[in-house]
Amino acid sequence: MKNNPLNIFPLKAGRVHEVCGPSAAWFTLTRAAQSRGPVFWVAEQWNSQKLNPLGIVNIVSLENMLSVVTKDQSETLAAAEDTLRSGTVPCVIMVLSAPLDLTAGRRLQIAARAGGTTGLAIIPVGAGSTAAETRWHCSPLFDPKDSTLQRWELIKNKSGTLGVWNVRWSESSHRINVVSETGE
Amino acid sequence: MFDGLNRRIVSMWFPRLASDRILRARVIDAPFALTFHEKNANRIYCLNARAERLGLHRGMPYADARAFCPDLISHVADIPAEQRFHHVLMRWATRYCPWVGYEGPDGLVLDITGAAHLYGGEAQMLADMRGRLARAGLSVKLGLADTRGAAWALARYGEGVAPPGGMEAAIADLPVAALRIDMQTDQALQRLGLRTIADLSNTARAPLTRRFGPSLLMRLDQALGHQPEQVSPSKSPTHYGVRLTLPDPIGLVDDVMAGTARLLDRLCHTLQSQQMGAQILHMALRRVDQETQTVELRLARPLHDPDRILPLFEKGIAAVDAGYGIDQMRLEAVQVMALPDQQLSSVQHGFQTQLDDLITRLGTRIGLDNIQRFLPADSHIPERSFIIAPAAYSQAGGVWNVVRPRPVFLFLPEPIAGRGSNPPNPFRWRRMRFSIGRATGPERIAPEWWMSDESWRSGVRDYWKVDTQEGRRLWLFYTPQSPGWFVHGEFA
Repeated sequence: MKNNPLNIFPLKAGRVHEVCGPSAAWFTLTRAAQSRGPVFWVAEQWNSQKLNPLGIVNIVSLENMLSVVTKDQSETLAAAEDTLRSGTVPCVIMVLSAPLDLTAGRRLQIAARAGGTTGLAIIPVGAGSTAAETRWHCSPLFDPKDSTLQRWELIKNKSGTLGVWNVRWSESSHRINVVSETGE
Repeated sequence: MFDGLNRRIVSMWFPRLASDRILRARVIDAPFALTFHEKNANRIYCLNARAERLGLHRGMPYADARAFCPDLISHVADIPAEQRFHHVLMRWATRYCPWVGYEGPDGLVLDITGAAHLYGGEAQMLADMRGRLARAGLSVKLGLADTRGAAWALARYGEGVAPPGGMEAAIADLPVAALRIDMQTDQALQRLGLRTIADLSNTARAPLTRRFGPSLLMRLDQALGHQPEQVSPSKSPTHYGVRLTLPDPIGLVDDVMAGTARLLDRLCHTLQSQQMGAQILHMALRRVDQETQTVELRLARPLHDPDRILPLFEKGIAAVDAGYGIDQMRLEAVQVMALPDQQLSSVQHGFQTQLDDLITRLGTRIGLDNIQRFLPADSHIPERSFIIAPAAYSQAGGVWNVVRPRPVFLFLPEPIAGRGSNPPNPFRWRRMRFSIGRATGPERIAPEWWMSDESWRSGVRDYWKVDTQEGRRLWLFYTPQSPGWFVHGEFA
């Protein structure tokens, strides 16, 4: 299959990827669940969108989840850069509120490459930076039978083609299932 | 020579400890007094000899003292500093013998049994104490006797040495107050005409006990050696501090780091030998202009490994303003924890230490409390069913019980328009219009009446999981006791 997300997934390690849309957090958490090891969730303190551990306990192991609370975006970036560079954790999720300029974006990429860590930035819709390796737009879809159906759009890719997938979360096997496309 | 039976006790009394401490640092050739606010007035707490000669005394209101003596120079007494100085003196006194204890707020008691010959005899030892304390600018009165009580009496009332076994004669002529009795007993004895210790010891014991209770004769017996009394050496906690004084000031980050490495080696050696680990480290850098800059390092886990602590200091030291240069460095482990030696294992250990170092490094930047983990809590209230704890001070663990699906995000309840106990269809939320595709519920959650929570004043809530036709899956609730609809969270 040409558009098999397994070609994309797991996302390239040692790079920073951007995710936007209403289901961005879910995308990053399912991605983080694939890596064994601690997950850092870096977010600003004022953000009223608080992560609810009971909602994600089925996706990631909460023993490995560390939440880093920062004052502003510069602290978020500094903490994320330190963590990415250290290479101790396989996955860092950062919640950004403003678009990154080229310098900040490149710094994150360099830090991620130095540590071999995957960085995932949750950004507001339309606030992407040029340095991102890939950019995704994730939104939930209504499905009469199930309530995990999502639409993942790859809207930027530095090393490949774009694509759209409909995916489901399989509660029993703890993984993403791709919904096969109907014939066109 | 010491025959193993008689003890020899030295009592040191510093009659003007507080004012001597100040006058050591600055020479004042005038009446001087320390004041202390007590009983609703500024009173004299301690004063120098010259002020005493002018008729001032302790406890006197400061205003009166100034009226007597207009050129009185005064300071406010600093009691904690006093106590620290007293502690320093106690540590210093262990140069004479290992058994040194406090004797009130301005005295020390030393059990010099078997130690005097090291100084060539008792007389030479006392002379050595006097000489050193005089050079340090402290006035002192010394008493030496076989018992603690007698030494105390001799130090405070007529400074002298009682030969071994000759206490009775040495303290016979001292006033009864020298027996460490309270003022009322002292006055009562004076009225009875019992003025000296000899008078007291010649009186019949039974009436005295009946009149004054057992404590008076206990003091007398202690002084005369009929009843034992211990000297309890005060245990000073191990001090985890090292310092480095430099002949020439330094200012480059590399140089300061090299100095830090030397200090850390020494400090960690002490820590390792005691099986302790440092949790908070303070580095004080004194500049040539006497300014001191402090670098604080809080560690996520107690450590005593210099190679791991040193890189964590880099950020703090780079931020220090060296000015004209740094000529003294002091490193102190302010907070330590027991860190027993552990068996190294090849698998998990290396990774955990790396993670701890990362947490420490982030903690120096954003504060160690801001790196948190989630712990389960026993509550049905969504906001209170978990605890957020600092990762450095908590252990992951606990069992998460999720019976019903819970949203990924929680926010403060946002009101939406709607009436009735079924979810409004369609509804508007955050300026978006939604129509319901599927609604699952209600799930009733009652407030915890034993906790007063402002946001749960509206009573029980009926929660609905709503899958909208537009895709978003929201967590709505309805409050039947004060009707209204709210959005509380969002599923993925």
